[in-house]
Amino acid sequence: MDTRFTRGKSSILERPLTRPKTKVSVSAFALLFSEMVQYCQSRVYSVSELQTRLADMGHSVGASMLDVLVLREKNGKRETKVLNMLLFIKVNVWKSLFGKEADKLEQANDDDKTYYIIEKEPLINAYISVPKENSSLNCAAFTAGIVEAILTHSGFPAKVTAHWHKGTTLMIKFNDSVIARDKALDGR
Amino acid sequence: MSRQSNRTTDSKKMNSELFTLTYGALVTQLCKDYENDEEVNKQLDKMGYNIGVRLIEDFLARSSIGRCQDFRETADVIAKVAFKMYLGTTPSVTNWSPAGDEFSLILESNPLVDFVELPDNHNTLIYSNLLCGALRGSLEMVQMAVDVKFVQDTLRGDNVTEIRMKFIKRIEENLPAGDE
Repeated sequence: MDTRFTRGKSSILERPLTRPKTKVSVSAFALLFSEMVQYCQSRVYSVSELQTRLADMGHSVGASMLDVLVLREKNGKRETKVLNMLLFIKVNVWKSLFGKEADKLEQANDDDKTYYIIEKEPLINAYISVPKENSSLNCAAFTAGIVEAILTHSGFPAKVTAHWHKGTTLMIKFNDSVIARDKALDGR
Repeated sequence: MSRQSNRTTDSKKMNSELFTLTYGALVTQLCKDYENDEEVNKQLDKMGYNIGVRLIEDFLARSSIGRCQDFRETADVIAKVAFKMYLGTTPSVTNWSPAGDEFSLILESNPLVDFVELPDNHNTLIYSNLLCGALRGSLEMVQMAVDVKFVQDTLRGDNVTEIRMKFIKRIEENLPAGDE
């Protein structure tokens, strides 16, 4: 067994899970994120690969955030309905990551498994200017990765992608099984 | 540009969790991409350097602090103004060398390492090495060559986190050739 489980209690387990009071500056984050994007860019050949890499990093952030948020904000209760889950992301997740609720949550008119989270000026993109030759690049792919991880680990497998539309729109496409289950729950 | 208008002396703040976890994701990715810890340490230092080079401008603009008289003043500004402004923590400045060219920053809290544990197979990883690079880079932009390294780190079981900074030399401004 991994020794970290056997070498006695690590002090990290004794730490409270309450929201940390420290604040860091947005400039520090912006510069860190910029280095991250540049690093990813140096190891890929296309915009889509770059976005995949950013999303992968977002995944690890989302996965770590989920458990602590459920404990902190929901007393350990998990959401079982699609809409409540989306609201949890729009309100709780956004507030703890970005200090505010997401601007809008919408459902696609013609498709019951597609939803949009719309953010006019996402913090992530605040200091990023996208070069003309890569105009489809949206670094909010990182945020998309966070959201995808949170949904997937909560039992709502979905694909989340970032697009330039009304600012930045995260498009959430749930697996068919998720919507089918949600309808079955409604029927009861 | 409109962005200029919301640039005030007090920089915008955000919850440290996103910052901490983003940094964690970056280090994790580096560990996957590179063969050994030394390479990761080097890469973190390089990224930190790039950050420092850009950060100093932001810092001078917001803090409106002028030129420091000596290295002691520099140390105080780094600890009390810069660390506070960017990482929300104030390290203490101690262990001055008799010549006054070397000191330690003791970090009581380090937002980069919240909820971090080093796995056993990464015991030579200097997790927060980005900070060293950032300090080196920013001081280089104000004509100071310094050597920065971690000597103690709570992540590796030490009681405190200590960054040692050594003044090497003043960098003389070299005008580009042919530019009088």
